[in-house]
Order: sequence, then C-alpha cells, then structure tokens
Amino acid sequence: MTRGLGRPPLLLLVPAGIGLTLLLVPLVSLLVVTPWARLPQLVASEEVLDALRLTGLASLSTVVLCLLIGTPLAWVLARVEFRGRSLARALVTVPLVLPPVVAGVALVSALGRSGVVGSVLRDATGVVIPYTTPAVVIAHTFVAMPFYVLSVEGALRASGERYDAVAATLGASRWTTFRRVTLPLAMPGVVAGAVLAWARSLGEFGATVTFAGNYQGITQTMPSLIYQTLQNDRETAQTLSIILLGVSVAVLALLRNRWLSAGAGTAGAGR
Amino acid sequence: MTSSGLRARIDVPGRLAADVEAGPGEVLAVIGPNGAGKTTLLTALAGLVEMSGSVEVGGRSWTHPPLPVRERRVGWVVQGQALFPHLSARENVAFGLRARGARRGEAADRAQAWLDRLGVGALAGRRPGALSGGQAQRVTIARALVTEPDLLLLDEPFSGLDVGVAATLRIELAKHLADFAGVTLMVTHDALDALTLAQRVVVLDDGRVAQTGTPSDVAAHPRTDHVARLVGLNVLSGPDGFTAFRPQDVTVSTARPEGSARLRWRGRVGGLTPHGDAVRVQVDTREAAGTDLLADVTPEAAAELRLAPGVEVWLTVKATAVRAYGGDRAGSHDGP
Repeated sequence: MTRGLGRPPLLLLVPAGIGLTLLLVPLVSLLVVTPWARLPQLVASEEVLDALRLTGLASLSTVVLCLLIGTPLAWVLARVEFRGRSLARALVTVPLVLPPVVAGVALVSALGRSGVVGSVLRDATGVVIPYTTPAVVIAHTFVAMPFYVLSVEGALRASGERYDAVAATLGASRWTTFRRVTLPLAMPGVVAGAVLAWARSLGEFGATVTFAGNYQGITQTMPSLIYQTLQNDRETAQTLSIILLGVSVAVLALLRNRWLSAGAGTAGAGR
Repeated sequence: MTSSGLRARIDVPGRLAADVEAGPGEVLAVIGPNGAGKTTLLTALAGLVEMSGSVEVGGRSWTHPPLPVRERRVGWVVQGQALFPHLSARENVAFGLRARGARRGEAADRAQAWLDRLGVGALAGRRPGALSGGQAQRVTIARALVTEPDLLLLDEPFSGLDVGVAATLRIELAKHLADFAGVTLMVTHDALDALTLAQRVVVLDDGRVAQTGTPSDVAAHPRTDHVARLVGLNVLSGPDGFTAFRPQDVTVSTARPEGSARLRWRGRVGGLTPHGDAVRVQVDTREAAGTDLLADVTPEAAAELRLAPGVEVWLTVKATAVRAYGGDRAGSHDGP
C-alpha cells in the first residue's frame, strides 16, 4: 500500500461496502439457517446422490467437450483468417448473454423431437435427444463453451503468432506447432477456461430444465433438485444448496492452489 | 552440397522492392533506417510474408513452386527474445531437429553439442526466463545453426544486449560464421557489426537498395543520410553525385565567413554532444544544404562562440577536405 496518498474517499468506500454486503449477506444467511444436523442423512438419500452423480458427470463431460471442440474453435478464431471471422467470434459470445431459458427453447427448436435437426435425426436413426442425460450435457456445453472459447482465444492471441512463425522456420508443421508450442503457451487460458466452463455447468439450470426436463437419475442435476425441493421444503433446499456451495468452493480452492496461480506464474515468466 | 548462394528478387508491394545476391559462405549486412524494409526482406526470404519475385538458395528455387516456411532451410535469429518460454534451452535447440524427424536422444545430444560450442552448455536445463539476455541470444543462435540451414537470417542479433556482452558475442559469432557454409543475412543498426562481420553491405532506403559494396567502401562513400550518420560523415547529394567531409574539417563561426559559397552554409544549432575530446555540434542546415550537418569543435571554441541550441551559425569546409564520388548515381536515390 502506498502511504501518504491520504484517506480513501467515502464516495468510494461506502459503495464498496454496500457491494461487499450484498455479496456476503445471502451466503452468510444460508450458512446460518441451514439445519446442519440433517446434512449427513440428506447426502445419503438416493435422490441427492443421483443428482450429485449427474451434476458431476454433466459438468465433467462439459469440460471434456469444451477441451475437445472448444480448443480447436478458439484456435481457428485466433489463427485462421477467413471471411466472417468477426461474425463467428460474435456468435460464439451470444450464449453468454442469452437468458438460459431462451437457450433451452433454442435447443428444443433445433434438437427437439420435432426440431429442425431433431426430426431428421429421429427419422434417420430413431435417436431422440431431449429428456436424456446427453441432452443435459448438450445444454451445459451450449451455455458453458463461450466462457471456455473466449478464455482460450484470449490466451492464444496474447501468446501471439511470433512463436508459431519461429516454429515454422524450425521446420515444424502446424500440428506439431500447435501441440508443442501454441497449446502449452496457452495452458493458463485453457485451465482458466475449463474452470469457468465447469463452474457455469455446475450451476446450470434454465436451459437444462427447458431442454432436458427434471427427471431423477436421468436429467435431474443439483440445481434442478434444489429448485424442485424449494417449492415444498425450504429447509432441505437450503441444505442442498450448502452441499453445492461446498463442492464448488472446494474445487475452486483446489484448482487455485494447484493450477491457477502456478499457471499464471508460468505465463508471467514467458513474457 | 553444391551451393550457389542466394539469388533473390523480392517485391512486397508498398514495402520493399529489392534484388539481393550473395555467394556461399558470404555474410551480408543489411542496414538502413527504420521502415526501410530490412525486416521485411528477412521475413520475405523466410516465407513469412506475401511477396512476388523469386528466391533461389543453394541452386534450388524457394518460390517456383512456392515452398512453405517449414520446408525452407532457414535459421532465424529474431530481434529480442524468441525462445520458446516453456522449453528448456536444450529443448529449444532440439526443437528444429525433432520437428525434422530426429529421434529424441540424438536431437538432445546435438543440441547439447551446439550449446557447448556457444559456451552455454551448462545452462542447457534452464528455461529462457532464467537466462540473461546474452545467454538467451547464444541459445537462439545455437537453435538457428543446429539445423544446418542454407540461409541464416539474423535480425539485429545484438540489440538489447549490454555493450560488453554484445562485443564478446560479436567476436564469437564471427568465428561461427566463418565456419558456416550457407549464406548469412544480418540486419543491423550498428556500423561495427557491418564492418566486423560482413563481407558485403546492402543499404536499404525506403524499400529499395540504395547501395551495395564492401563495408569499407560503403563507409567511405555513403549514398544515404542514414549511413552517413552511422559512420559520422557529412554527405551531401547534388546533381553530380555525392560530396562527403568529416565533422572535424568543418569550421563553425557566428559571423558570415569569406570563401566559396558552395562550401558555406547557414543554419541553427540543433544539439551539442560530447564526442571524444571534442564537442559534436549538430546544425540544422536543411534549408541551405538539404540535410543536417555535423561539426566537431573544441570545448573552448564551443564556449567562446556561445554555442547552444537555437544559435545561428555559419559552417564552412575547405575544398581540400571534401571528397566527391558517385557521379553515376546508379539510380540509387530515385525513391519510389
């Protein structure tokens, strides 16, 4: 802290305090009112175990899908010049601002039983997507991938094409360059993007409920279960929320120690 | 390999139109002011920018049909640090060998050998972030030479290094370049680089070749302001060619002197800098001479004449101190 600059002005301190309060009060309230004694019994219930399992499966699948298709997409947006690139870049960000319910409706329109793609798919193969576990993963990926792509594309642009050019003069093909130079240099962005996508998937509710429904064991994730429980049993909903809060905070803390700070350190040294 | 050196005719619209030739083993210094097209020349040869024309290296055409960057046998030492930050020094040097299909162990051995030759073998396990500027540049040079390129491109190899470090590295690089069978092009801002390392100098100005020649010839007969400044000469271009004279042959006075009007200019003092035992006065004579002129005076004279920026002075030079050359002009100053 630089000394001698005078007291921080109240005009900044007061709004800052209000902001902090707004963020903290709900979380603290949740901690205060939760019936902690019921926690072990609740966690062991089949309904909750199903929802936890599905949430874990869906969020991990989402991250894997982001890595497999989001990374190439980010690379193309950052490194390949083509007509409509800025349009493509803008479209990628649309799901960021799209209300999740609208995303769900859009997915129904595309992949629903009688949707644009869904009806063709059903006629051709008999496969129906909505109200299945894959539908949950698709909905999660739809809303989470923009976070991933933006983060990775930013990292790819920051590391620049300079190293790509050097690798090419050393005889490396573009695939080798991607694998051995571009991707390792963008790793902090990949990790940060994966965490963002994972967190977005963990809390995803609107698009999932709209597109995949809310069936225990098949499409009911933790947020869906919490919402359903809240209708008639607020205490249980609060306890379930604590579980979800705990899981996300724990994973974030773990990643922060293991990856995020270390990753940022590597990137800094590279400059 | 039967190498016939480099023959290139490069046209990058709006940036560069230049013919460059060099024999096998020859070191060519490329000098010129910022924006003259020096780096463009190197990147065009490497295949990194769109160009028309032709490039032939070692008897093989790189442009007909166009070869992708990775199939051109170039070694590229870029300005500043371009080592891969996530790889160790050894992995950086081995990268080109691995990319061209060498096995891991063999690539590591050859990389280590080159790092040893450049005196940084003990640092092979370090990442670039843990190397000093001079060490990193040695690793970069090893990385460029280990693949035995036909064309070595050095873009200001000593920029950003401490003076002492640069001097040592310059001497060592000269040794390695003497053993190097391919053609070397070295972009530099430093007259010393050109004089000590190069057999020939190409002067670029405004995207064109303004002059080529041996370093001593170019230094003695500059045809561009840039080179004149580099070697510390006053050079005037006239309809009959160039006239050059040394700053120490210029007399500064505050009153209008006698003598030939042809060798007398009026101007305002732009700046004063110490230059050896003398004071080098830069005079804005653009109106009278078309360019700034330099004059060396003794500190006593500078004080006596009250020389300071803005003061109006007359410059004269004796006809015997002036050399004239380049009556042919060689089309060298006809910019685009």
